[in-house]
Amino acid sequence: MATTVQSRPRSGGGRDRLAGPFGMAVLYAVLAGGALLTAFPFYYMLVTSTHRTSEILRIPPPMWFGAALQQNYLELLDALPFWASFWNSVAIAAVHTVLVLLFCSLGGYGFAKFRFPGRDALFAFLLATLMVPGFLGLIPVFIVFRQLGWIDTWLPLIIPGIANAFGIFWMRQYIESSVPAELMDAARIDGAHEVRIYWNVIVPVIVPALAALAILTFIGKWNDFLLPLLILKEEEKYTLPVALSTLRSLRGSEIGVQILGATGAIMPILVVFISASRQFISGITAGAVKGV
Amino acid sequence: MATQTVSMDARARAQDRRVMWREARRNGWAYLFISPFYLLYAVFGIFPVLYGLWLSFHKWDGISPMQWNGAQNYLKLLTDDIWWYTIYNTIWLFFGATVPQLCLALLLAFIINSSYIRGKDFFRAAYFMPIVCSAVAVSLIFGSMFGERYGMLNFALSAVGIPPIDWLGSAAWLKPSIAMVTVWQWTGYSMIIFLAGLQAINLELYEAARVDGARTRDVFWHITMPLLRPVILFQVILSIIGAMQTFDLPVMLAGGTQSSAPGGTDRAGLVAAVLLYWTAFKYTEFGYAAAMSFVLFFLIITFSYTYNRFQGRSPTE
Repeated sequence: MATTVQSRPRSGGGRDRLAGPFGMAVLYAVLAGGALLTAFPFYYMLVTSTHRTSEILRIPPPMWFGAALQQNYLELLDALPFWASFWNSVAIAAVHTVLVLLFCSLGGYGFAKFRFPGRDALFAFLLATLMVPGFLGLIPVFIVFRQLGWIDTWLPLIIPGIANAFGIFWMRQYIESSVPAELMDAARIDGAHEVRIYWNVIVPVIVPALAALAILTFIGKWNDFLLPLLILKEEEKYTLPVALSTLRSLRGSEIGVQILGATGAIMPILVVFISASRQFISGITAGAVKGV
Repeated sequence: MATQTVSMDARARAQDRRVMWREARRNGWAYLFISPFYLLYAVFGIFPVLYGLWLSFHKWDGISPMQWNGAQNYLKLLTDDIWWYTIYNTIWLFFGATVPQLCLALLLAFIINSSYIRGKDFFRAAYFMPIVCSAVAVSLIFGSMFGERYGMLNFALSAVGIPPIDWLGSAAWLKPSIAMVTVWQWTGYSMIIFLAGLQAINLELYEAARVDGARTRDVFWHITMPLLRPVILFQVILSIIGAMQTFDLPVMLAGGTQSSAPGGTDRAGLVAAVLLYWTAFKYTEFGYAAAMSFVLFFLIITFSYTYNRFQGRSPTE
């Protein structure tokens, strides 16, 4: 560690200096240009949702906020049950996330801290399921849902993924590296029940991992489109993406209204992401890098 | 140890089994803790896949009794021009969107990982923003920006003298439009993965190479790339799996889920997952759609395997 810190200024190349001062300026320009291109559609979204179609279809297009936000908002509420869909999405994602945290932390704990016959084979199987593409069972799983009487309910969106391979893998990695065995042994000697050990010893230690998994799961479920599109029939049960997907097909609808609807789906998640981007990104990368 | 194993007689093996059962019973809680995954996966994972395989040998509209028709669905697929056109579109999008996205992500990851670049966290978060957004919402925004006569993109192009392009309405530009949105949405994600892989490389390796007088180019080809190869392999294979079943963006940019002409003009935006969805849930040909999903799965395995063979060989070692 110390050698690394010392040698950086001396070698002048650090670990991989890419270019001289002029080259560095070019690299920064590339990075900043890319970031601008990435951010521009968000800016366009916010600006456009405050304009009427007649203003949006002007040359040049509006680049600053307009005055039609309220009118667009009222028309959005007319076009679709926006808030009902919004709260449906919140409820589905929240319940699903809580169940994922419970079942995946239990599964991860089971794999990380117990040595039982068949453990390695069971874990290898779990990892292998990550490679099976989701559409393969899409049609028959729809029939399973129909047999269960789950069509047009939220159960297919909430239940099947609550103990999922990624979540269990992610919790196992964390528990294995951060929960000392002595902690559990001490509790066992005190005669604590296994469920008690999970709740009182394990859970308090793994809060950061739970937070990352919660954000990942919530965002994934919030944006989920294909399954709710298949399952939900009545408009009052729609999630936000399903409700929004009907907007494009409404002929002659106001562009600003459509974009405002998109803003309603994107902004809450973006706020959550920006306030917790560190945990989120660490959650995403854990599976990819530690997994290989 | 080896001789012991060889001389082990039946009694010792029975003893082993007893120990195993005792261990299994002693760890009853662990089995209970991990069991939800296996129960749910049996019901919502394994069973549907096997049932789908059975279904793919039948003719079924979802309501009346199933009719066995042998390999007819698969034979029909072999000569179904629309199906192979959707495979062409899907592969087109893999090379037109996924490959550039991965290359761009790799380039950005190298730049951000360079020790002289400041604001790493800022760039990481900025590039990552699109991936947390709903694809449906994203397609509404780009649908407006891609407008032919008054869209933002054509306005920007007109500034450099390029005449307006009918991005979403013409067969020629629909796939490039879908590709652009895909690159916009997914580059940050791949970049984050590559960046994590780069940061996991031990800095002392670079130092050792420097001490030995290696140049930047040598360090890149002989240290960075070989060590990053597993991460790239993993990400490319996941991208193949993802690209072959892409649904949200193509379906929304090519006219939405209530369109009577899936895939837009001349089906230029019709990808495999969209045709599969239409075949099963709009045309109610469940058996035929199930056969499609297995052919698609076979193609994914073929592509992943081919890539694995190709990439598995090291060019430098």
